[in-house]
Amino acid sequence: MSKKEWPLWEVFIRGQHGLNHRHVGSLHAPDAEMAINHARDVYTRRKEGVSIWVVPSAQITASAPSEKGALFDPAESKVYRHPTFYDIPDEVGHM
Amino acid sequence: MVALDLDRQTLFDWLLRLGDNALILGHRTSEWCGHGPVLEEDIALANTALDLIGHCQMWYTLAAEIEGKARTADNLAYLRDAIQFKNVKLVELPNGDMGQTIMREFLFDAFHFELLTALTGSTDPKVAEIAAKAVKEVAYQLDRSSDLVVRLGDGTEESHRRMQAALDYLWPYVGEMFVADATDDALAEAGIAPRLAEIQTKWEAIVTDTLEEATLTRPDRRPDVHTGGKQGRHTEHLGYILAEMQFLQRAYPGAEW
Amino acid sequence: MYAQMITSEKSSDDPELLAAFQARIDRGERIEPKEWMPEGYRKTLIRQIGQHAHSEIVGQLPEGNWITRAPTLERKQILLAKVQDEAGHGLYLYSACETLGISRDELFDRLHSGAMKYSSIFNYPTLTWADMGAVGWLVDGAAIMNQVPLQRTSYGPYARAMVRICKEESFHQRQGYTIMMKMAQGTPEQKAMAQDALNRFWYPSLMMFGPSDKDSVHSAQNMAWKIKINTNDELRQRFVNETVPQARYLGLEVPDENLTWNEDKQGWDFSEPDWSEFFAVLKGDGPCNEERLGARRKAWDDGEWFRDGLTAYAEKQAARRKAHAAE
Repeated sequence: MSKKEWPLWEVFIRGQHGLNHRHVGSLHAPDAEMAINHARDVYTRRKEGVSIWVVPSAQITASAPSEKGALFDPAESKVYRHPTFYDIPDEVGHM
Repeated sequence: MVALDLDRQTLFDWLLRLGDNALILGHRTSEWCGHGPVLEEDIALANTALDLIGHCQMWYTLAAEIEGKARTADNLAYLRDAIQFKNVKLVELPNGDMGQTIMREFLFDAFHFELLTALTGSTDPKVAEIAAKAVKEVAYQLDRSSDLVVRLGDGTEESHRRMQAALDYLWPYVGEMFVADATDDALAEAGIAPRLAEIQTKWEAIVTDTLEEATLTRPDRRPDVHTGGKQGRHTEHLGYILAEMQFLQRAYPGAEW
Repeated sequence: MYAQMITSEKSSDDPELLAAFQARIDRGERIEPKEWMPEGYRKTLIRQIGQHAHSEIVGQLPEGNWITRAPTLERKQILLAKVQDEAGHGLYLYSACETLGISRDELFDRLHSGAMKYSSIFNYPTLTWADMGAVGWLVDGAAIMNQVPLQRTSYGPYARAMVRICKEESFHQRQGYTIMMKMAQGTPEQKAMAQDALNRFWYPSLMMFGPSDKDSVHSAQNMAWKIKINTNDELRQRFVNETVPQARYLGLEVPDENLTWNEDKQGWDFSEPDWSEFFAVLKGDGPCNEERLGARRKAWDDGEWFRDGLTAYAEKQAARRKAHAAE
């Protein structure tokens, strides 16, 4: 096992026509530049025109649990390629 | 067999070189899926493989159109034997460790990127169109592979040793990318493709800078020891690659998948 | 599904706190990281989410097996994209698990040592291209059946990971089913291959839902905590009901001579899988246990120099920047 684990980063993405950066998840990387590259590969599958922020998870300050309200929204738009040319006949039912 | 117009045959062969490089390198890269050193890298390598396979489809489709014998991209990928493949030997070499894989990719990416950039100005609009689509992805591939070469070269003693070993092993294969033959000359004369010597100059600049930053030593050996891939004379590795890749189509001729 | 053989870890927590916590769950509230939770809840989630994550990455292997042999360029791309997604799913789940106070490296360590498990379906071999169809259709189908309700699980990060995964999973099942369709409607050899794949993957897919409820231990606490939403038998029945018509559409035979429509329950009566096989595979005697875990250990060990090299470079760069700034 590696003695030194890569730190955890939180990833925020603003889509090409988006208004804000949204939290999409986290990943491990040895530094900020690689975190950006990994984020591009993992969370955008290299789509163009997206803006990526990465922050070391340890740097995030969260509100106290007694305050209600989700800190992180569920990811809204899919960022992975979805071949949608599958023709599933209606008789087969929902898939 | 009706002999094609020489220009068409030449263009066809040249397009196969582009498609075959993309397919074979994409195929090799895809071997890592599920076996990468870290999850994020597994995903990144798969992206690279997907990009390259996408490129080969574009080149093969155009090649088949030029050939005019109603072959499809799949026919070209799955029904030619090694002697008909025109990729450079560099891309068919085994993955080895991640060092060998990344170094191989970097050395090819630097060439591929410069070539595609030049091709966006091709006198053939279809070639220019494909190049324009592909070059963005290859720019990212080069960014990534060169960055990893630097990081691993200037990492630990062991990562440095492995990158140097990879460089030493692969160096004698890089020259082939720039050895121009009659096909390359004809394409350059037609303005469809650049002179390989120009691409080589640009490649040299990228490679020199990157190796220096990576604290790696440029091998003191001829880079063009191993050639012939573009003419269909390959290493022993390609036969095995194709046997695996083409098995289903060969075992079940005519079946649809 | 990933919680096979998970016993709810016992909690020695304050009964008042436990009651308040349960009340939150009963109200449908989400539990978020850093909020108070019983130690048993935390430990159970670590095991379930962790094993779910391990299942994703081990799950890359049976299909990854066929990427280099995919029979067309399009199938090659699709399979590669699917297997890549599995890595992505693993990543989301490991991230969710890390919010519970365990690192990804520790989770890998427990996987490699055998202390944590993965879904036993992945200990079966993929022997033909038709298996790519069967795995996508049946294995992903079963996974979807389990994952859709988990979008309502009580732990926030887990639920959100499920939402993201469910969006992608439909593509996975469809690509498998279209492979089966192509083959079932293809040459006689292809059809035979498809039938053979169904024969080999049918019962192992049923096993994915875990032992029969009557033999399933300790689910009650997990259900109360909404870590588990449906019982094993409920999900298995739902899966059979959905899948049988799909098999019939393909013109393939489900390998169960006792399969009969039950008008009263509006569902199919079917044969239980061989549970002794299930427990044997779980214990380590499946066809591919050694290969699967071996591949993961090898990837990890072989990759150590790579990870360490990149860490070293990052540290050097940080030091250089500091030194430069100090000048």
